[in-house]
Amino acid sequence: MKITRAEVEHVGRLARLALSDEELDSLTGEMDAILDYVEQLKTLDTDGIVPTAHAVPMENAFRADEVKPSFTPEQALSNAPDASENAFRVRRVIE
Amino acid sequence: MTQRYETVIGLEVHAQLTTNTKIFCGCSTEFGQTPNSQTCPVCLALPGALPVLNQKAVELAIRTGLATNCQIAPRSIFARKNYFYPDLPKGYQISQFELPVCEHGWLDIDLENGERKRIGITRAHMEEDAGKLVHGDTPETSSNSLVDLNRACTPLLEIVSEPDMRSADEAISYLKKLHQIVVYLGVCDGNLEEGSFRCDANISVRPYGQEELGTRAELKNLNSFRFIKQAIEFEVERQIDLIESGGKVVQETRLFDSNTGMTRSMRGKEDAHDYRYVPDPDLVPLVISQEWIEEVRATLPELPEAKRSRFVEELGLTAYDAEVLAADRELADYFDASVALAKDAKSCANWIMGDVLRKLKETDTTIANAPVSPELLTGLLARIADNTISGKIAKKVFEKMWQNGQTADQIIDKEGLKQVTDTGAIESLVDEVIAANPGQVAEYLGGKEKLIGFFVGKVMQASQGKANPGMVNQLLKQKLTGN
Repeated sequence: MKITRAEVEHVGRLARLALSDEELDSLTGEMDAILDYVEQLKTLDTDGIVPTAHAVPMENAFRADEVKPSFTPEQALSNAPDASENAFRVRRVIE
Repeated sequence: MTQRYETVIGLEVHAQLTTNTKIFCGCSTEFGQTPNSQTCPVCLALPGALPVLNQKAVELAIRTGLATNCQIAPRSIFARKNYFYPDLPKGYQISQFELPVCEHGWLDIDLENGERKRIGITRAHMEEDAGKLVHGDTPETSSNSLVDLNRACTPLLEIVSEPDMRSADEAISYLKKLHQIVVYLGVCDGNLEEGSFRCDANISVRPYGQEELGTRAELKNLNSFRFIKQAIEFEVERQIDLIESGGKVVQETRLFDSNTGMTRSMRGKEDAHDYRYVPDPDLVPLVISQEWIEEVRATLPELPEAKRSRFVEELGLTAYDAEVLAADRELADYFDASVALAKDAKSCANWIMGDVLRKLKETDTTIANAPVSPELLTGLLARIADNTISGKIAKKVFEKMWQNGQTADQIIDKEGLKQVTDTGAIESLVDEVIAANPGQVAEYLGGKEKLIGFFVGKVMQASQGKANPGMVNQLLKQKLTGN
């Protein structure tokens, strides 16, 4: 096994996913199979190969430090499930 | 008991870079605006929006790296730091993990015993700030937190030190030095209260002689140098007490409460350290050429340390004067401009550190907005040097200059403050004073020579401060002994 059920549960919690027991079982099997498949890469000789940071061979895409128009607060909040005082309103995050 | 333990401190400073726009989009970074009035699809994390790196932010990072003796990475990459919190719209923060832009730097700090100590800088990396959370305090919002994303995506440089500091004082000394440098460089406005310069402290203790580091606690919410010192000192005591009473330090994040002066555990972020960094596929690698580095290096200002030694070695100031004048870049520039005009560095230093700083404080003004410019100040010094006015009258003239921005010459003319150097005029005042104080004259002649000060004072008073004090002194001595 490449991954344990407990690890899948942990990763699920980090992703804020409420996984049922059945889902945990099936996902553990699926993720294990994926990792097994990817494991094949380990058979390649990668000595002297620079780690790839990006799939496109490109560097330094910059923008100038110039202010561009922003949304109005109304526009910014137009998709917010809840808002108040020009701000997104969420459940209180500290006591 | 404290002496049996060694304190180990490492600091993480988040310096907000002084760009006009955010690090990955064109929204303004101006502080204190209407909530959510500085947002766009990129910093709100709307689907499909892509970040593009602000070149100015990179330049400011290089600048800071060079001034803190770091190596600038020829190639660095951005990474996603994954966690959920309402102030983080994307569900990850764009930061740097492997390959940060600056590494392996150091700063020297001055210890109380006069020695210098080198504090290592592990790395400095660019990242975006999160939004601001306000926890509701009205009946309507008391069960809510309000999210303002104006600050989200503001450029930060996180400067991480080695765990090289051994006391709160060393930590403060390092922080002040770093603060002074970033403000001098103009890469950060250094405002602790507005959160432009934030500090987290990693603190542990270990018995003296032990190689291995103790378990550390991370202190957050430190927004003044005084609080940082208080927080560190409290935390060190707490950890020692805990160990002494048989307990164990837990690795955790703790918040400093400035009302109680204590630190308390920040619960509820137990998964917070599992960030699952991955290279961000939305951003291409950052490549910094040697030419670019040299270009930035050429624009570095003279740093405080170099200024201090120049003030001492070339201008003959005391170490203390040099320290005060070099502490603030604009003050140092004001002093340099004054010396260039007046040549007499010592009197420039005295006037700036005395009257100019006092007026700035009284009127709550910054040196850049001082109504008395270096030109005006040195104009005044010239009139003292050529005996047009005495040092005492000069103080009055300075006050007027500060009020109306006129030159010393204009004020001296208008107010008739020119020093009286006419022997006849001074002589008659001296005669009057001698005639009016026969008792003191007798005492003086009886050997109480200190009384000369009394007579000089009387004559100066009678001349409304305008008589040349040297002449008064000389004439008095002649007349008194001639009696």
